[in-house]
Amino acid sequence: MTARVGIVTFPGSLDDRDAARAVRLAGGEPVRLWHADGDLAGVDAVVLPGGFSYGDYLRAGAISRFAPMMSSIVDAANGGLPVLGICNGFQILCESHLLAGAMIKNDHLHFVCKDQTLRVENADTAWTHRFDAGQEIVVPLKNQDGQFIADERTLDELEAEGRVVFRYVGGNPNGSRRDIAGITNARGNVVGLMPHPEHAIEPGFGPGVDGLTFFASAISATLATA
Amino acid sequence: MTTVIVEVMPKPEILDPQGKAVAGALPRLGFSSFASVRQGKRFELEVEGEVTEAVLEQARKAAAEVLSNPVIEDVVSVHVLGSQP
Repeated sequence: MTARVGIVTFPGSLDDRDAARAVRLAGGEPVRLWHADGDLAGVDAVVLPGGFSYGDYLRAGAISRFAPMMSSIVDAANGGLPVLGICNGFQILCESHLLAGAMIKNDHLHFVCKDQTLRVENADTAWTHRFDAGQEIVVPLKNQDGQFIADERTLDELEAEGRVVFRYVGGNPNGSRRDIAGITNARGNVVGLMPHPEHAIEPGFGPGVDGLTFFASAISATLATA
Repeated sequence: MTTVIVEVMPKPEILDPQGKAVAGALPRLGFSSFASVRQGKRFELEVEGEVTEAVLEQARKAAAEVLSNPVIEDVVSVHVLGSQP
């Protein structure tokens, strides 16, 4: 059987097709989901893609959080459904309180677009278990509101509980606290990161194929529990 | 029409990149009196009819739950336009 991975499209999503393609190349079946529906169509995992949903008005991800599809995803995520938020998707997960912290403008105020090295700090989540802990990977990073912040107590908690999943290596590109590029929830099924694994899935296009492992991890995780 | 004003500012402990950029531009343009700048948001919520305590309470709830993100921002004022903040 094939794992079915939902990709949610919001008004202003940009990387939903790339994410669907990544799921397919990783061996899964992408299922397109629409923000205004509440039906998860029985998917085994969900990806919230990058983009500028609702033009990033109010705050990045703030309005998307109230989409009917997000209510269904919050319930399902609390029940253990693997959810990956990429860039704007990460911002939506923070605004939805599925993940801690928030994103503000990059400290240098510029849009960043570059191949970024990351260290995998937690290789036990639904989306990273096919990496090795400590492994370095390269995926594209492209954002303006990518500075991850949280208060010191929350940061200490994230560190103590191993919930920092990715850290920037070779320089901090946006001022994120403690070089944090991605985090997870306590259960390890919800992961959010600013860089874009869906743009590193094919040789010759982008920096390599490290991104495929995210999707392969979730697909094998859902098949193992099926 | 009465207007309820909601003002939201970045938390004091959070470096405000936008305010910092504005602060950098001002002296270049000859406005040299300002040591720092913080940039926030002002929402104008129009109310048909009277602003009752219930309406104000709804504005406070919207301010806390939607118009601001408590991780990075504080609601500094919810008041009726023309009244003392």
